[in-house]
Amino acid sequence: MRKLNTLSLGLSLWLGMIMATGSALAAGAGGKITEHDWSFSGPFGYFDQASLQRGFQVYREVCSGCHGLEFISFRNFAELGYNEDEIKAIAAEYEVVDGPNDEGEMFERAAIPADRYPSPFPNENAARAANGGAYPPDLSLIVKARPNGANYIYSLLTSYTDAPSEMDVPEGMHYNEAYAGQMIAMAAPLYGEDVDYADGSDTSIEAHAADVVSFLAWASEPEMEKRKRTGLAVLIFLSVMCVVSYKAKQYIWSDVKKA
Amino acid sequence: MQMQNFKNPVVNWIDHRLPVFSFMHHELNEYPTPKNLSYLWNLGSLAGFALVMMIATGIILAMHYTPHVDHAFASVERIMRDVNHGWLIRYIHMNGASFFFIVVYIHIFRGLYYGSYKAPRELLWILGVMILLLMMATAFMGYVLPWGQMSFWGATVITNLFSAIPFIGESIVVWLWGGFSVDNPTLSRFFALHYLMPFMIVGVVLLHIIALHRFGSNNPLGIDVSGKQDTIPFHPYYTSKDLFGLVVFLTIFASAVFFYPNFLGHPDNYIPANPLQTPAHIVPEWYFLPFYAILRAIPDKLGGVLFMFGAIAVLFVLPWLDKSPVRSGRFRPIFKVFFWLLFADCILLGYLGAKPAEGIYVVLSRLATAWYFFHFLLVLPVLSLIERTRPLPQSISAPIIGGMAMAGAAAKREKPDA
Ligand code: HEC
Ligand code: HEM
Repeated sequence: MRKLNTLSLGLSLWLGMIMATGSALAAGAGGKITEHDWSFSGPFGYFDQASLQRGFQVYREVCSGCHGLEFISFRNFAELGYNEDEIKAIAAEYEVVDGPNDEGEMFERAAIPADRYPSPFPNENAARAANGGAYPPDLSLIVKARPNGANYIYSLLTSYTDAPSEMDVPEGMHYNEAYAGQMIAMAAPLYGEDVDYADGSDTSIEAHAADVVSFLAWASEPEMEKRKRTGLAVLIFLSVMCVVSYKAKQYIWSDVKKA
Repeated sequence: MQMQNFKNPVVNWIDHRLPVFSFMHHELNEYPTPKNLSYLWNLGSLAGFALVMMIATGIILAMHYTPHVDHAFASVERIMRDVNHGWLIRYIHMNGASFFFIVVYIHIFRGLYYGSYKAPRELLWILGVMILLLMMATAFMGYVLPWGQMSFWGATVITNLFSAIPFIGESIVVWLWGGFSVDNPTLSRFFALHYLMPFMIVGVVLLHIIALHRFGSNNPLGIDVSGKQDTIPFHPYYTSKDLFGLVVFLTIFASAVFFYPNFLGHPDNYIPANPLQTPAHIVPEWYFLPFYAILRAIPDKLGGVLFMFGAIAVLFVLPWLDKSPVRSGRFRPIFKVFFWLLFADCILLGYLGAKPAEGIYVVLSRLATAWYFFHFLLVLPVLSLIERTRPLPQSISAPIIGGMAMAGAAAKREKPDA
C-alpha cells in the first residue's frame, strides 16, 4: 500500500511540475485568445482537404504578398489533394531565379513542382523596407512557433478592432486584442469576402481565418496525420504487449515465495 | 568467475579462449538479485535503454544534420519533412532526452529514499552523479544544435556564466565560444562534443554496472542479503520484470512522441536563431529548471554559479553527510518526512525556474534554495546522530511486512494505467 502511495504521489508531482511549466510557458502570449474547434486537434485529428485548399487560396491571394513559406515546395501541395497536373499548373504561375547558365548568367524561368514556394522579398532588409521597418515572419512553421498556435493566429486575424479612445496608436501600427502589447505592425489582412471560393462556401472573416490557419497548421506539421495514425497503431500494439508481458512476468514469478 | 560448459561447441571453443559467454552468463543470467525489489528498481535498465535509444536516433540525425549557423535550422526541418520517417527519428530524440531525465531523476530519488548511496556503494553512487553531469552537458549542447531562438539564447546565457569566474572568466568564455559571441565555431564544437559525450556516458555506465555487480542491488528493506534464500537469479525473474517495465515506459513515451511531441519543448525554438532579437523569456529545458532557479536565487553572479554547481557537488559527498547505518527510509520515521520535503522542494524549484525572476518568485527561490542545502548539509548529518530508527527485519525472507507484498500492490496499480 505504501509503495502505491509513494509511486502515485511521486508521479503526480512530476506531472504537476511538467504541467505547471507548460502553462507557465503558454501564459507568455499576453493577448486575448479565442478557442476554435479544429479538425486537426486531438488524437484522431485530420486535415480537411477542402479547407486546406481554400486556406491555400487565401494564403496565395492575401498573405503571400508579404510573408514567405520557405519550407514548402510546390510538390508538397499533393497533400492538399491536388493532382500532378494541377500542381504543375500552380507552379507555372510563378517565376523563379535559376542559373548560372552556360554563359554564366542567372535567368528567370517558370517554377516546377520541385521548386520551393517563392518568397515575396529577396531578403529580410527588402521585406522590412517594404513594411515600414517591420519584418513579416516566414509562415512555414508559424503554428508551431507560437504557444497555442492555431487558436492564436485565428484570434490574431479576427481581433482587429478600433483602439479604445484613450489609447494612442502610432503611425504604422494597428490595434489588435490578440497580440501581446496590442500594437502590431501588420494591417488587418482579412475583412471577409477577400477571396472568392470556387466551392461557394462561407467567406466571412472567421471562415477565411479558419481556412488559412488550417493551411498553415498543415504547413507547420505536414506529417501530423501520418504521425497520429501511426501512433494509434503503436499504442494498440503496446497496450497488448503490456498485458502479455505482465502475464509472462506473473507466470515466471509464481514460484517465488512471497517473503 | 566460474567457467561455464555450453552446449554449442563453437561457443564453447570461443569461451574457453575468450570467456565472454561465461561472463555474460555470470552477470546477466545467474547474477543473484534480492527477491524483494519493487518497481522502482526498473528505472536503471530503463535508463540504459534510453541511452541506447538516444545514440541510435542521434547517429541517424547526424547523417542528415548540418552543423553550420546558416544551415542547421533548415537541415533539421529537412529531417522533419523530407527524410523518410525523419519526423519520427527527431521526435524520438527530442522527447527521448526528456524521458531520459525523467527516468534518471526517479532513479536518483529512489537511491535517496532507500539509502543506496551508503557503504559499500559509495563509488557506485558517485559514478551515477558523474553520469548525471555528463547527461546535462550532452543535453545542453544537443539543444543548441537545431539553432532556434532558445538554442541560441540558452547557449548565450549558460556559457556567459563562466565569465563570473574571477580574473580568467572572460578569457574562458571567449575560449568556449571560439570567438566573441555564440557563433559558427561554437555550433561546430558543440556538435562534435554532443556526438562524443554519449559515448563517454556509455563508459561511465559500464563502470557503474561493474560497481553495482560487486555487491549487488540494494533493496527496499535496505538490509544485506543473508543467503541464497534471499535472492533469485536475474534471469528470468528480473529480465521478465524489466521487460514489462520497458513496455509500460514505451507506452507512455509513445503517447508523447506521437500525440504531444512538442509539449515539453518551447515554441520559440521553431523560430530561427536571431542574435539581434532577445526572446521575452529565456527558459532552459524543463530538466534544468531546478538548477536554473538556484542560479537566479543568488543575487551575485559568481555566487549563483557556485550554488548551482554546489547543488550537484553535495550529491557527490552525500555518502559522508548521511552517516546513519540504516539505509532504507522505511525504517527512518523522521528522515522519511524530510525526504518528501526535499522532493517537494525540488519540484518547487523546478516551478520557480520557469517563472520570471521577479517579486514573490525570487523570495520563494531563495527559500527553496536554502532548504535544499539545509537538507543535505544540516538535516542529514544531524539526523544520523539523533534519529531513533525502527527495528530492522532479520532478513529479506523473514520480515513480517515484506517488500514482495508491496511490489505486488504496485503492479496491480500499473496494469490499468498501461
Ligand atoms: C501588407 C503585408 C502583410 C500581409 C498581406 C499579411 N501580413 Fe502578416 N505580418 C506583416 C507584418 C509586417 C508582420 C510583423 C508584425 C510586427 O512585427 O509587429 C506580420 C506578422 C504576422 C504574424 C506574426 C504575429 C506574431 O505573433 O508575431 C502572423 C501569424 C501573420 N502575420 C499572419 C498573416 C496571415 C495569415 C496573413 C494572410 C491572411 C498575413 N499575415 C498577411 C505583414 C503582412
Ligand atoms: C545522452 C544521450 C543524448 C542526449 C541526452 C541528447 C540530447 C539532445 C537534445 C536535447 C537535442 C535537441 C533536440 C531538439 O530540440 O531538436 C539533441 C539534438 C541532436 N542530437 Fe542528441 N542527445 C544524445 C545523444 C546523441 C548522439 C549519440 C548523437 C549523434 C551521434 C546525437 C545527435 C544529435 C543531433 C544531430 C541533433 C540535432 C538534430 C535535432 O535537433 O533534432 N545525439 N540531442
